[in-house]
Order: sequence, then structure tokens, then C-alpha cells
Amino acid sequence: MSTIVLLTLTGLGLGALYFLIASGLSLIFGLMDVLNFAHGAFLAVGAYGTWWASEYLPGAGADGVGFLLAVAFGVAAGTLAATLVELCVIRPLYGRHREQILATVGLSLAVPALLQAVWGADPLPFPRPDLVSGTVGVLGVNVPRDRFLLILAAVAVFTALWLFNARTRYGLIVRAGVQDRAMVTALGIDVRRAFTLVFAIGGAAAALAGALGGLYFGVVTPTQGLSLLIFAFIVVVIGGTTSLTGCAVASLAVGLVQQFANYYTVAGLGDIAVVVVLALVLLTRQGGLAARKSAERVA
Amino acid sequence: MTETDVTAKTPDRPGPSPAAGSPNPAARARRRPPAWAAPAAVLAVALSLPFSTLTLPGVFEGALNGPPTLHLLATCLVFGGLATSYDLLYGRVGLLSFGHALYFACGAYAAALLMSVLDLPLGWAAVLSVLGGTLLALVLGAVSLRVNGIALAMVTLAFAQAGSILVARDPGRVTGGEEGLSLDTAHVPDAFVGVVDTVNLYWAAVAYVAVTLALVWWLDASPVGRVWRGIRANEQRVAVLGVNPYPYKLAAFTVSGGLASLGGVVYLLVAGGVTPVVTTAEFTLTLLVMVALGGAGTRWGPLLGAALYTYADHRLLQLGGSDAFAALPAWIAAPLSQPLFVLGALFVLMVFFFPGGVVALPGRIRSVWRGRRGPARTKESP
Repeated sequence: MSTIVLLTLTGLGLGALYFLIASGLSLIFGLMDVLNFAHGAFLAVGAYGTWWASEYLPGAGADGVGFLLAVAFGVAAGTLAATLVELCVIRPLYGRHREQILATVGLSLAVPALLQAVWGADPLPFPRPDLVSGTVGVLGVNVPRDRFLLILAAVAVFTALWLFNARTRYGLIVRAGVQDRAMVTALGIDVRRAFTLVFAIGGAAAALAGALGGLYFGVVTPTQGLSLLIFAFIVVVIGGTTSLTGCAVASLAVGLVQQFANYYTVAGLGDIAVVVVLALVLLTRQGGLAARKSAERVA
Repeated sequence: MTETDVTAKTPDRPGPSPAAGSPNPAARARRRPPAWAAPAAVLAVALSLPFSTLTLPGVFEGALNGPPTLHLLATCLVFGGLATSYDLLYGRVGLLSFGHALYFACGAYAAALLMSVLDLPLGWAAVLSVLGGTLLALVLGAVSLRVNGIALAMVTLAFAQAGSILVARDPGRVTGGEEGLSLDTAHVPDAFVGVVDTVNLYWAAVAYVAVTLALVWWLDASPVGRVWRGIRANEQRVAVLGVNPYPYKLAAFTVSGGLASLGGVVYLLVAGGVTPVVTTAEFTLTLLVMVALGGAGTRWGPLLGAALYTYADHRLLQLGGSDAFAALPAWIAAPLSQPLFVLGALFVLMVFFFPGGVVALPGRIRSVWRGRRGPARTKESP
């Protein structure tokens, strides 16, 4: 029983991390049909921004309010990076999906290499505030505290995104754009501003995931982003791009499947189990998922 | 896909051209009569290189037939063949697969394991691992090709990731985990072992590239190739015309996977081993960069792009450790010493300013030149 509780909580923590990455990816892909390989770079920027701020930024530190400030700095850096990428790289290539993918692929190779050039390839120890270090007892199990922080952050981001989607005018435009971009444009609404906004939101969520992923793994490395990104892609494909809830459910499912399969079978099989789930979903439920939409739009 | 491919093909034309959509990019370049002349000339140069003692200071270290240079050239050629096999999917059929590394790694790892575990000689190991890689591509292709577009990219990426994880986790201590496997020299003919015999590795790489190019070109000229071009331009229309695209796509996927696993075997010989780096998603992304750098869907583009990329990667790494770099201020030297940063940034710029890749450059330069020379531009353009 205690094992199940532990696995569930850590699985939820991992799922929360996936959700933070996948929510932005899914928004970007849903609205703009851009398969954003640079998302891993935003994550790395967020992680390194947080690490840098906690070391060097006056006022920020490894603990308490200082750490919050450091995370805020990292998120701001990720948001800025995402906005710049949208304005300078994606925007001139609107309507050319292949080139957009190629450009983000180039960025996904170049940005981690740049980070590696500046701070080295070795993993850097990530600051760990007292509040989230150590474990806490839940139903007689010692669960690492940072998992709860991840879950809390994911719930907060989910709520914020949901409120944004449901209650604001831009959320309405984004939702309408996901449904039918051409129609929204025809009605005289400038969807491109929504594109930049969605990229900024996605970048912020990814940077937050980078900062919290630094807590989760204890270190930051330049290439951390890409392996997480692949699972986020899987989440996006399983959850579909039309609903935030689908994305959240898929993230949790992937995180839980991974944790449980890794524990009860050979380590590493959990990651492969996720791939199997993806293949099954794609082959059995082509209609309701991203598959149909992308086939129509991209092919 | 359709519109991007057309724009990628046409930028070397000054004005709007109604013939842009016609799937005949080769016809323009083949104004000089014999079609076999260019491949024959390239092959002749490739075959004569090991007999040349020429030194190209600044380009290669030492003589052209020195082992380091031949080794670098062999590596360039292996990646050139691999990129050509990837381009069969990406450039010729228009399938965006992110799992090509899997088949390459399958060839390399399977050959290494067959030799070290089952004590098979190189020949049998090579045949079996290429067959295995082809079969794997057939099975995974049959599953993945049921979806299209981005979903296909995701499924292939996921399968390749599963392979990558499998290799990294090292089940039963056979794949060597992070360390990778080294070539078991006991089962390799003596001709492929030792620094003096680097020239034989070079021959193997040349043979691999020749086989890959010949097969891809031959298939492209065959009726199958015509259907592939149709699928790239408009898959729905091909289906409406009564041709089921699925078997054609699966054929491309299988051939491409088989050629990649053959490349894996040759890579195992040339590199003297295999590391998990070749299983990763980054490796497939690098292949995509190579193909786009050279020019997707063209005869020489992928080979050229891969050779340029591999060469630049190698040289930048060397330059990063040289004295010239030590003189530069740290904030310039540090990013420049990362080949991936330089290549990635260059690639992004290239996507913007030179769509169509390196092979489209002469045409673009020519059109710019014509535009500069006078107002006769509209008359000159055909």
C-alpha cells in the first residue's frame, strides 16, 4: 500500500512536470501548427536563468523569498526567449510549416550548445530551498517535498490557463483560432498577436518546468530539455491539442504509467511502456486525437 | 508540404514561373548531355583520392592519403550515405520521420553484438543486421504509417526513443550502456583493422555511398519513384487516382531503414565502435539538418550537406582547441568552440536566406547576377 501511495505521488509529480511543458506545446501546436522543438531550449533557459539568478542576482538566493525571485527571473528569461523566437524566427515563416520545424530544430541544437559553451557541459548543482528539501510523511510514506511543489505549480498553471481560456478575450481568440484559424482571421481579428501571446505563455510554462525540473533532478544540464520534450510530445499526441483538460489527463497518465511500470518491471521499461501506450492510442483512436487534425492541416 | 516544396525548388528563378509545380527538377540541371558524366567524375575523384599525396594546408591536416584525412573523409561519406537514405523519406516522399537513428543504430549495434556474442564473422553479421534493420523498419513502418504528418513524426520519434532508452539502460549488460560497444577485431578481416588499413575503411565508405546513391536514384527514376513524387505533392490526389499510397510509403520506409542499417554496419567499422549517441533524437535531428543544408530531394544535396556538416563539425572542434582561439576574448571564443552552436545558428540563418540548401546556391547566385547586370532580366528569364 505504502509503495502505491509513493508511486502515485511521484508519478503525479512527474506528470505535473510533463504538463508544464506539454501545455505550452499543445497550445502552440493547436493554434499555429508549429511543432516547436525549441521548447526544450526554453526549458533550459528557464533552468539556467533560475540557477544564475540564485547565484549572482542581488536579492535572489537559494532559499525563501530569494528563491522565488530566482524562479521569477528564470521564468521571465524563458518568456523573453520564447517571445523573441516567435517574433524573429517563427513569424517570418508563417504558413511554411516545414521551414518552421527546421528553424526550431536548429534552435533546439544551438541554444543548449550555447548554454554549454557558457556554463560547461557538467551538471550544475541546483539550489534547494529548505522548504522543499527532505521528505514529508503521507499515509506513512516519506514523499519528497518537491513533488508536492510540482503538483501545486501544475495545478496553479492549469487554473491560470483555464481562467485565461475561459474568461478573457484573448483566451476566446486562442480557442477560436485552435478551432478554425482561417475563420477567425476572416472575421477581422489579428490572430498573429495571439500567436506571440501563446508562445510567451508556453515559454513561461516551459521555463517554470525548467526551474522546477532543476529541483526534481537536483542538477541542471544543457540537454535536459530534449529528453523531457520527447515525453511532452507524447503527451500532446495522446491528449490531443484541442483541450487543456485532455493535456492534463494525458500528462498524469503518462507520469503514472512511467512510474508504476518502472517500479514493477525492469527500470527503463516504464519509458518504453509510455511509447507502447502512444502507439496503441494512435492506432485505435485516430479520430479524436491530434492525428486527424495534423493529417488535414500539414499534409 | 506542397507549397513549401514548390517554394524550396523555385527561388532560383527570377520571376513567377508556371512550370514551378512540375516534378522535374532534374531536367533543368541536365542541360549538359551525358547524365552519367557527373556521377562518373565524382566516383573517379573519390577513387583516386587515396593515391594522391597532395596536401591541402588549412583544409586537411597532412596528405590526402594520410590516415587521419582518409578517416575523416570516410566518416563524411558514411554520414552522406545515411543522409541520402533519410532524404529518400524526407525529400522524395515527403514523410517527416524522426526515428531514422533507430535503424542506423540497429545496424551498428546488431552487427557488433552478432560478432561479439554469437562469434559470427563480419560478413554474416553484416548481412543479418541489415536484414534485421530492414525488417524492423518494415514492422515499425507498417504501424507508424497508419498516421500522417506530425503524428507520424511523433510516433517514429517515440519508437526511436524507446530504442534509445533500451540501449542506454543496457539490459543484460549487452549494449554497453553509456560506454557503447567497441568493434570486436577478432571477427573482422585484417584488412579493416589498424591505422595503415584506413584506406580500406575509406573504400567501404565509398562503396556504401555508391550503393545508396545508385539505389535511391534508380528507385526515383522507376515508376515507384513517380508515385513517391505524387505522394509528396499531393497524397490525396494519388489516392483519388486509384493508387493506394500506403504500400508505396511503406516501401520507401523499408528501403530507407535498410540502407540506414547498412550505414550502421559501415559506421561500426569506420568508427571502430558505436556509442549511444547515434541512438538519440538529436542524431536524427542532425540528419534532418544535414539534408536540409544540402538540399532535400535533390541528387547530390544530402551527400553534400552531410559531408559539409561532418567536416565542419570536426574542424570546428579542432579549431576550438587551437591557439588562434586562445587569442580571442572569452565571450566570442566560448560559443564558437561549440560546433553545434555554430552549425545550429548557421542552419537557422540558412532556412531563412537560402531555402533549398547548398545545391540551390549556384542557381540563386546566377539569378542575382543576372538581376544586377541590367534591365534585361525579364527578357532573359525563360
